[in-house]
Amino acid sequence: MGYNINEKGYYGEFGGAYIPEMLYPNIEELQLNYLQIMAEPSFKAEFDQLLKDYVGRPSPLYFAKRLSKKYNTKIYLKREDLNHTGAHKINNTIGQILMAQRLGKTRIIAETGAGQHGVATATVCALMNMKCIIYMGEIDIARQAPNVARMKMLGAEVRPALSGSRTLKDATNEAIRDWINNPVDTHYIIGSVVGPHPYPDMVARFQAVISEEIQWQLKNKEGTTKPNYVIACVGGGSNAAGAFYHYLEDINVNLIAVEAAGKGINSGKSAATSVLGREGIIHGSKTLLMQTNDGQITEPYSISAGLDYPGVGPMHAHLYTSGRAEFISITDDEAMTAGLELSQLEGIIPAIETSHSLAIFNHKQFKTDDIIVINLSGRGDKDLQNYIDYFKI
Amino acid sequence: MNRINQKLQEDKKLLSIYFSAGYPNLNDTVSIIQDLEKNGVDMIEIGLPFSDPLADGPTIQESSTKALSNGMTTEILFDQLKGIRQNVTIPLIIMGYFNPILQYGVEKFCKTCKVIGIDGLIIPDLPIDVYNEQYRSIFEAYGLINIFLITPQTSIKRIQFIDSISNGFIYMVSSAGVTGSSSGFREKQTTYFKRIADMKLKNPQIVGFGISNNETFTQATAYTKGAIIGSAFIKHLTKEGINSISNFTNSILN
Repeated sequence: MGYNINEKGYYGEFGGAYIPEMLYPNIEELQLNYLQIMAEPSFKAEFDQLLKDYVGRPSPLYFAKRLSKKYNTKIYLKREDLNHTGAHKINNTIGQILMAQRLGKTRIIAETGAGQHGVATATVCALMNMKCIIYMGEIDIARQAPNVARMKMLGAEVRPALSGSRTLKDATNEAIRDWINNPVDTHYIIGSVVGPHPYPDMVARFQAVISEEIQWQLKNKEGTTKPNYVIACVGGGSNAAGAFYHYLEDINVNLIAVEAAGKGINSGKSAATSVLGREGIIHGSKTLLMQTNDGQITEPYSISAGLDYPGVGPMHAHLYTSGRAEFISITDDEAMTAGLELSQLEGIIPAIETSHSLAIFNHKQFKTDDIIVINLSGRGDKDLQNYIDYFKI
Repeated sequence: MNRINQKLQEDKKLLSIYFSAGYPNLNDTVSIIQDLEKNGVDMIEIGLPFSDPLADGPTIQESSTKALSNGMTTEILFDQLKGIRQNVTIPLIIMGYFNPILQYGVEKFCKTCKVIGIDGLIIPDLPIDVYNEQYRSIFEAYGLINIFLITPQTSIKRIQFIDSISNGFIYMVSSAGVTGSSSGFREKQTTYFKRIADMKLKNPQIVGFGISNNETFTQATAYTKGAIIGSAFIKHLTKEGINSISNFTNSILN
């Protein structure tokens, strides 16, 4: 077990729980209980059934014939975009709402950037009749109006984060402050493999259904559970963590994490944390993050609101520094072009986050008989206006 | 003996004041410290500003953001504090989040603190186990006291553990919440202060969070050694500037 979490909550040197004492009881409660609760047969049965009947799993593993032909290799798309609410995010929120119920919590808080995790959280709160408060940066509220409306329609309260840069990192700070203020009745549903231990591991385990399905689906189609490559985009890193999970220790399966280069690595407007980040502490986790020399956290940029997080999950920091995964940065322009290409070759409009992973074929040459699985983490409906503006459609 | 331990031996209730270094203006740090001492403050927490202060409410967040936009850095703060011991004798504590300290280099940070005459550190997001395993020996080598927090949710067992590894005082967070969020104490807090006092801990307790005037100072110190004021002092600086610090300290002590 070289690449998964150890018993102290670290991936290599990354992870841990760098939290103020005020959060200690909440985090300790989770640390002591999450694995046991997830292993309970009744929990597993309820989780699996909801994933099947409510989310629509298993999501198809689709052989992309025209895309494969164009790049002269074998490309499969793991269709997380077909999940209820349009992305992989709901796998985690279903898991965590069941966790919150088992822990006796009655109030849910979450952070959201683009609004996808906020919608997925508001959805499961409606389903389970839980009070739901979503923190969202004031700037993101303005630029993601349709998702704000969705959350409200689902019964959630959307609270603007007015501090700092008023985007995802500040929404996360506000959610953590809310948890400090409400330590007893509240569960915080973090949306990615970030935050203090056990969140990175818990979220990765809920998302691990993605690679679990890839294994048997690929076996049915190709006679092997192992692709040559698994490729996923990384902001905080939850869809990549899910797609990589069952392959972490199998070094014959190459893992590629695609980050957002924004307007270019050296442009000052980028979100490529592995390249631009240094080791430090963000949101309770020791990981790689973008910061000034003085240790102040800086604001990243990407055309995709789901990838502009200044840190990266500790699992990914470890995959990067250990060399287990290859990290590639894709610019806004490359991603948008790849998104348009998939739309017209396969009839699938991807989320801009996902478009970053699809741009890999212009960066890397694959062999004709390589089997490549790309995690198609979300659908592009939410990004339609961005695509329209960009291509002047 | 460390100045903190000396101060704790005095037969009085201690008033400790927190402010964000670099606020309201970059170079106010030294004059604020001197004025606080002159006006009867027993101990000072110098806030090292951070972009993402998780445990702080809006007042300290805003002062921290302003301090950073004024240009405050760890390096500049240390430059300002050089020579502070020529005329300031009360204990000085630096309170900051862990990332800026980590980037500066923990050992270099501690060494500079010793040279300047800093007596202790409060780092809310440095976990106790990490401190014990990786940093305790460094702090001790440079004579720095690391202050730990407890809250109303902290278990008795953990309070006893924190007491056993503390040397100085225990920072007792008055209620569940971030800084600056409560106004006035209710019976719940008083019961909590008394419950902790009854544990007869080895280290005295100083209460922080929610103290803003003479009434709350008196309530907070009825069962404890002292109290820490942050947000209320920063609000005073915002409104009145740095020239009427005596008005503030008078309003707390009288």
